[in-house]
Amino acid sequence: MISIEKIEETALTLMDKAAIEIPQDYLDGLKAAASTEDGDLSSFVLQAMLENYEAAKEDRRAMCGDTGVPRWFVKMGNETQIEGGPIALEAALRRATAKATNGVPLRPNRVHPLWRTDHNNNVGIGAPEIEYGYEPGGEWIDLITVHKGGLFGSDYRMLFPSDGIEGIKRFYLDSLMAFGKRGLACQPAIIGIGLGGSKDICMTLGKRASVLRTVGSRNSDPKIAEMEDEFKELGNSIGMGAMGFVGKSMVVDCNIEVGYCHTGGMPMSVHAFCLSSRRAVARIHSDGTVEHRTDPDWFTDYQRRDTVEWNPVREAAE
Amino acid sequence: MKPREIDLSTTPTDEDIAALKLGDVVYLNGLLYTAREGVYMRALEKQANIPMELPSQSAANFHCSPAARVNDDGTFDMGAVTATASFRFAKWLPEWMQKTGAKLIIGKGGMTSKDYKSYFVPNGAIYLSTVGYGTGALLGRGIEKVEAVHWVDELGLAQAMWVIKCNRMGPFIVASDLNGDCLFERENEKIAQNIERVYEGTRPATLKRYGETDDRSDEVI
Ligand code: SF4
Repeated sequence: MISIEKIEETALTLMDKAAIEIPQDYLDGLKAAASTEDGDLSSFVLQAMLENYEAAKEDRRAMCGDTGVPRWFVKMGNETQIEGGPIALEAALRRATAKATNGVPLRPNRVHPLWRTDHNNNVGIGAPEIEYGYEPGGEWIDLITVHKGGLFGSDYRMLFPSDGIEGIKRFYLDSLMAFGKRGLACQPAIIGIGLGGSKDICMTLGKRASVLRTVGSRNSDPKIAEMEDEFKELGNSIGMGAMGFVGKSMVVDCNIEVGYCHTGGMPMSVHAFCLSSRRAVARIHSDGTVEHRTDPDWFTDYQRRDTVEWNPVREAAE
Repeated sequence: MKPREIDLSTTPTDEDIAALKLGDVVYLNGLLYTAREGVYMRALEKQANIPMELPSQSAANFHCSPAARVNDDGTFDMGAVTATASFRFAKWLPEWMQKTGAKLIIGKGGMTSKDYKSYFVPNGAIYLSTVGYGTGALLGRGIEKVEAVHWVDELGLAQAMWVIKCNRMGPFIVASDLNGDCLFERENEKIAQNIERVYEGTRPATLKRYGETDDRSDEVI
């Protein structure tokens, strides 16, 4: 049984970490980009960003004044029990979100879409989003918070099988061109591409590819992994860098996730996780120990399974 | 080549502004205020009295909402500040400039050279872009003090009019000049030369969309 107090306390720490500490994988990616960038203005911007991450950590202040829209991804082992059940869990995550908004402080970004009313705590209808995943075996809960920023940089399009890889590349480049100009996407970004699924799941896949996979990770399908390398390269060959200035650092990494879709279509979504690629993760075990990390490790073999039953032992033997 | 660095007052003289070149890096001293759609609508459409002396106190309008907290004793703490995309405010800016004498518009992404030529230049104003744009923590360090916040009850923390005393707040990049030239458009033009090559081996989508352009030198703003 995992205590609700432990969950809320951990969630509060995660909110703080996400807002302030840039994940190491993104930082390493940005440093690599900075070392090869030769555009004058782009280089200046990347250096300023690197200084900004330091300032945020030193002062314990949010790395970006737009602290995005805090949300939660929750994953559990199959045997996990939570004190008070799922309702208590959701209440704890909502409380932590509200408290951290006032505590860090974060910007109270969440408003009603029509009335623009603001609770000043980032909580409201459907906010924060809480999404779930499960893993076979184990008694633990992973709390993942993502503070995604950016009104720009995401797009969806229904492509068709006849559009092929050339069509996928075109839509990818179009998204980068459209939102990279003037740096609207706050690049260099982790670009996530969702391919397949139904419309909503296509968006979800792309979003998760950008926010739940780290810089340097590769899809377990080797052919998709090759595409990821190729697309990263392609995005960086546009000639556009940070803020849309001449340069070559547009894409820190490109992650692709797929889902089975309708036989007639090939839906595609593109998402950009910005210069403030904020995510923080902790695993709480049933004995109350907490391990912090920055890799959500969301896309396990189980999450990407394509069979009716889950039977890894038999599959491994085949 | 490193960009040139300049210290600038938030109530700059015409000469100060004329001396700025596209791509210069600027640090600000003095009072600046935040104003975005909430403030514009309240001041311009609802004709509410602006609670500051403008431009004598400040000629610097920041398109921003800070990450801030109101303490129990009524004081404020401000953590990080970051700009929001300015092109959305083109609708209100000409009237705002006339009314307030704003000379420095600070934000994300800049405006078009058409905006600059039609109402920035006649008002002697230029655009400063934040850097990155996520340099909120660095900008936060440049806040000496939160002088006041107006219209919190009416507009909420994010849309309120924050008045900030800056001490070498920056960096910002000069994104327009008194010719009405636009830094971002200059960069776009250079990048455009490469577009054809990058798009080789791609194909247009089978299903078209209304309003679609195939001219990649276009912008979407
Ligand atoms: S997109 Fe990211 S870096 Fe840019 S302003 Fe928003 S949160 Fe900050």
